[in-house]
Amino acid sequence: MSENNINITLDVWRQNGPNDKGRFETYEAKEISTDSSFLEMLDVVNERLIDDEKVPITFESDCREGICGTCSLMINGQAHGPNKGQATCQLHMRTFSNGDHITIEPFRAKSFPIIKDLAVSRAAMDKIQHAGGYITVSTGSAPDANLTPVPKEASDMAFDAAACIGCGACVAACPNSAAQLFTSAKVQHLNLLPQGQSERWQRVEAMVDTMEDYFGTCTNHGECYEACPKEISLDFIAFMNRDYVKAKIKNRKLAGQN
Amino acid sequence: MAQTLSDLRNPQPIRKRKKALPFPLNVWQSAIGRKWVMALTGIGLLGFVIAHMIGNFHVLEGPAELHEYAEALRGLGGGIIPRLWLLWVLRLGLIAMFGLHIAAAYTTKEISRKASDGANFMDGQKSYPGGRDYVAANYASRTMRWTGPIILLYLIFHLADLTWGLLPHTDYIKGDPYNNLSNSLGNLPVAIIYIVANIALAIHIFHGTWSLFQSLGLNNPKYNSARKGLAAGLAAVILLGNLTFPILAQVGVIDNDKNECAQFTEEALNTECFEELLSHGGE
Amino acid sequence: MTATMEPSTKVTSPRLDSKVPDTDDIANMWENHKFSMKLVNPNNKRKFTVIVVGTGLAGSSAAATLAELGYKVKAFTFHDSPRRAHSIAAQGGINAAKNYQNDGDSVHRLFYDTVKGGDYRSREANVHRLAEVSVNIIDQATAQGVPFARDYGGLLDNRSFGGAQVSRTFYARGQTGQQLLLGAYSSLNRQIESGGVEMHNRKEMLDLVVKDGETAGIVTRDLLTGEVESHSAHAVVLATGGYGNVYYLSTNAMMCNVTAAWRAHRKGAFFANPCYTQIHPTCIPASDDHQSKLTLMSESLRNDGRIWVPKEFDDARLAADIPESERDYYLERKYPSFGNLVPRDVASRNAKTVVDEGRGVGPLKNGVFLDFADAIARDGAETIKAKYGNLFDMYANITGEDPYSRPMRIYPATHYTMGGLWVDYHLMTTVPGTYAIGEANFSDHGANRLGASALMQGLADGYFVLPYTIGDYLADKLGDSPVPTDDPVFKAAEAEITDQTNKWLAVNGTKSPEHYHRELGKIVWDRIGMARDKNGLEKAGDEISSLEEEFKKNVRVMGDNTSMNTELEKVGRVADFFELAKLKARDALVREESCGGHFRVESQTEEGEALRDDENYSHSAAWEWHDESTHQTKHEEQLEFKHVKLSQRSYK
Repeated sequence: MSENNINITLDVWRQNGPNDKGRFETYEAKEISTDSSFLEMLDVVNERLIDDEKVPITFESDCREGICGTCSLMINGQAHGPNKGQATCQLHMRTFSNGDHITIEPFRAKSFPIIKDLAVSRAAMDKIQHAGGYITVSTGSAPDANLTPVPKEASDMAFDAAACIGCGACVAACPNSAAQLFTSAKVQHLNLLPQGQSERWQRVEAMVDTMEDYFGTCTNHGECYEACPKEISLDFIAFMNRDYVKAKIKNRKLAGQN
Repeated sequence: MAQTLSDLRNPQPIRKRKKALPFPLNVWQSAIGRKWVMALTGIGLLGFVIAHMIGNFHVLEGPAELHEYAEALRGLGGGIIPRLWLLWVLRLGLIAMFGLHIAAAYTTKEISRKASDGANFMDGQKSYPGGRDYVAANYASRTMRWTGPIILLYLIFHLADLTWGLLPHTDYIKGDPYNNLSNSLGNLPVAIIYIVANIALAIHIFHGTWSLFQSLGLNNPKYNSARKGLAAGLAAVILLGNLTFPILAQVGVIDNDKNECAQFTEEALNTECFEELLSHGGE
Repeated sequence: MTATMEPSTKVTSPRLDSKVPDTDDIANMWENHKFSMKLVNPNNKRKFTVIVVGTGLAGSSAAATLAELGYKVKAFTFHDSPRRAHSIAAQGGINAAKNYQNDGDSVHRLFYDTVKGGDYRSREANVHRLAEVSVNIIDQATAQGVPFARDYGGLLDNRSFGGAQVSRTFYARGQTGQQLLLGAYSSLNRQIESGGVEMHNRKEMLDLVVKDGETAGIVTRDLLTGEVESHSAHAVVLATGGYGNVYYLSTNAMMCNVTAAWRAHRKGAFFANPCYTQIHPTCIPASDDHQSKLTLMSESLRNDGRIWVPKEFDDARLAADIPESERDYYLERKYPSFGNLVPRDVASRNAKTVVDEGRGVGPLKNGVFLDFADAIARDGAETIKAKYGNLFDMYANITGEDPYSRPMRIYPATHYTMGGLWVDYHLMTTVPGTYAIGEANFSDHGANRLGASALMQGLADGYFVLPYTIGDYLADKLGDSPVPTDDPVFKAAEAEITDQTNKWLAVNGTKSPEHYHRELGKIVWDRIGMARDKNGLEKAGDEISSLEEEFKKNVRVMGDNTSMNTELEKVGRVADFFELAKLKARDALVREESCGGHFRVESQTEEGEALRDDENYSHSAAWEWHDESTHQTKHEEQLEFKHVKLSQRSYK
């Protein structure tokens, strides 16, 4: 074994489909380069499984540079593994030591049904976006981009929210399966900008109401922030909570009930 | 819960959305609204806990002073509102706050339970069969669902003990709090129950105080770091304040022997005895 | 079947009608053309169904805009959500001729720079239109809430990018692609919510269906259930990205593939210029055989980093132990005026040269140093950290080395493909009713793409070009219903896919699809990579064919066809990469000149620079598919340069 290689043991959740019961299976991953990424380690394990005529472990990934949000995985009980501010695809094997035992599970929540093994469906998150994650501006009708100056602070803060990659780690890490961090990032990205003001109150109501159709309630543990690969701030949740109740009052005014 | 393949693209909602009620009932219809209710009632209850603690410090002054405080409460709004009326208004408000606080906690917990269906549950919360490594969630935040019920049970015990006089161990005298308190807390098992409950209360207040800013959206990145300190400080002050009573009762500082009026029976509670003591103290 | 005319009277193959308006007034060409195209009445638009495949920048923006106009849109992505497309990974920025910085930028300058940057192998009319609509993109994106960088007055900030002499690049930190995609995705969301777009997630297009020479629809495979489905429409828009993953290792995402475009090619869409590939010079070198993809670092690093290798061959010393006199700052030495800032292709090729010589650095000797020691000494570590902190962190995370104390190691990697489906001025392929937009088409970048122009082109096509041009085709179809999905053409296509799927599962060989993809990538990288020669390209064709044969006989696909099976998805994509690779080798072989991203060793200046042959190769090569046993036929579209003077690049 070269000095850069390690042997590890994996406990991997295997589940044939959404209705299968699922179980852990143990795999010995030998001679894994510490320079490889966590997902490349799984690639190697899979190729060896194929060599043994076994069905490889299903997991999802795409960009492998921490921006598309396709990869998931609970690694040793932490969403996206132990390192802060990283997606699973950015985790490297040098984080682990020879002889380590690593448990790999899918992201879990009622609204994240397991497709197969470690792959889950996160379609419910898209539903929240459909409900109001946009500014109504049809192509061609936009005014000149510099017509409305946007204070740099507002723009920067909106960006901090917009950095969310929609991976679902917040839901997976949350003991309540709440999607507050995701939803608040999406709501506040648009609600913080001047362009988003016209639909601000309808947006927060529509998106929060849809969120509550599928996800649990925030109890302010803060696990989501720790799991978030983009370190989206918990402050956005607070902003969203405030906007939401304000919206309830505002919309009452809009309805002429003052 | 059986999943169909189409659920993979269109997951089933965990609850049915109801028709929107008029303001402010529509706030209660959402979980975020309920968290607001929980936070606002939490603030009210926190105020009660602090006021209750400060009022109880009269016990350190002596039986007569405690009696005087109790009388003052009964006579709140004196001269304008009949005796006990305002106290009852406050009590009803308190009961309503408790009720709403508990209802909000219970119903939101149910939503979270439904949202986690299919995952394992530990202590009423989602867990991973392969184990879970919490990073931010602390003991306080994860045990809100246990410290809450503990406090509620204790509250019933506390009322039965000191307000209704239903417990057998004390020589309960209606209207003589010093007698009741010193007899009750002088009893070691009761003191232990009291201490345990107050530790639970402090833990509950620690997370609750930190959390209410978040629920109400009252946070400001500038002051966020101060929130943990405020929560810890408040919890500590309340814990220490409330623990003085059982400890002092156990070591004999609060002792019914000091209650010179205690020989009177319930039927013949002599208010004059206290008044006399007070006027002597004033000399 | 090269057009065999006298050089002076070169004509375009009759199959390639570019539909470029016949006018010399390029500045008003697009405006006038918009007026001359047929329109579909607003009330009639809902009678047309348009399929959009792919939901990256081009696909999302096209689907949303078409639905806004009133067309019935069916959008398809093989991802779980439209927002995962690889446009999201673009870092640098997006060009637009706004001239907000008052530094003399204009539509004409952006047009000129893009044609020149493309080494005179793009169509002038398309590029000019791209430059014109670039300004609208910024307006549109800003209105959608894309948080572009701003200055303290709240107005948009710009930077100069990729050696441009004006500051025309708009950016959102290092995540411009992400933010623009989220903007297009938000428009798409609005249409999904209102019912204008019917969104199909996790469905992969596996065939284009053509009936009587016109587009009928597509056939997809449901990646969750294996179900094969037909979808019919009046028109199909392919926005399925580039083919960079033919190299196996590239900066593309794992799932990027050529399958949708290739299946369209097999149904009659000509595939143009497959030899044009952009190799990006500043990527992190592979660390071992199991490397699955490469990570790009922003080109801006070359502003302060100095590139060097040891003078000695196989020098195993640490960088710090190699004295100044034994270092070769080869770019500064060869190109004194541009130094480390030479264009992407020049930087890449020179890195290859020194590594091939045996002077590469790192454990696998597969990189060159990018050294910040001088910059840190000059400006201080804090300044460097402020500029490049996130890139340094990314590098440290991937390599485990601290770039503040030891030089980075970099090596070029495939990044973007300029070739793709041939399209006319309307972005329509040679199959009537099938369009290709974004990286999937070949249109705007010629032989080389300028930095920050990919995002611009994807959004230009989707927001501002296709929505107009598609009406010109659809207007004639009023009253025609789409071909029903139970038509024999659909049934035959479905049966073929099912048959092929079952065949893959039945091969039961010994090696995974991944293995063959990796082996194919090695051949393509070695033979059709940064430097190509006749001998190597001829060998490449043979090597690819024999590996393909082995692949078909010996691939092992585990799992079933009734649940998610990433192996089964992969095998079909690899099969299409094999066919593409063969065509790429042929295209590179017959283009006996160097231009942009295509460097033929035989065609270089005395200084070793790319040497164009405008006399013989001022054309786009568009290849026509016949069948598996017959080579594709080459058609040529002659390129005319009326508005930009041809010149040879020099960076001395």
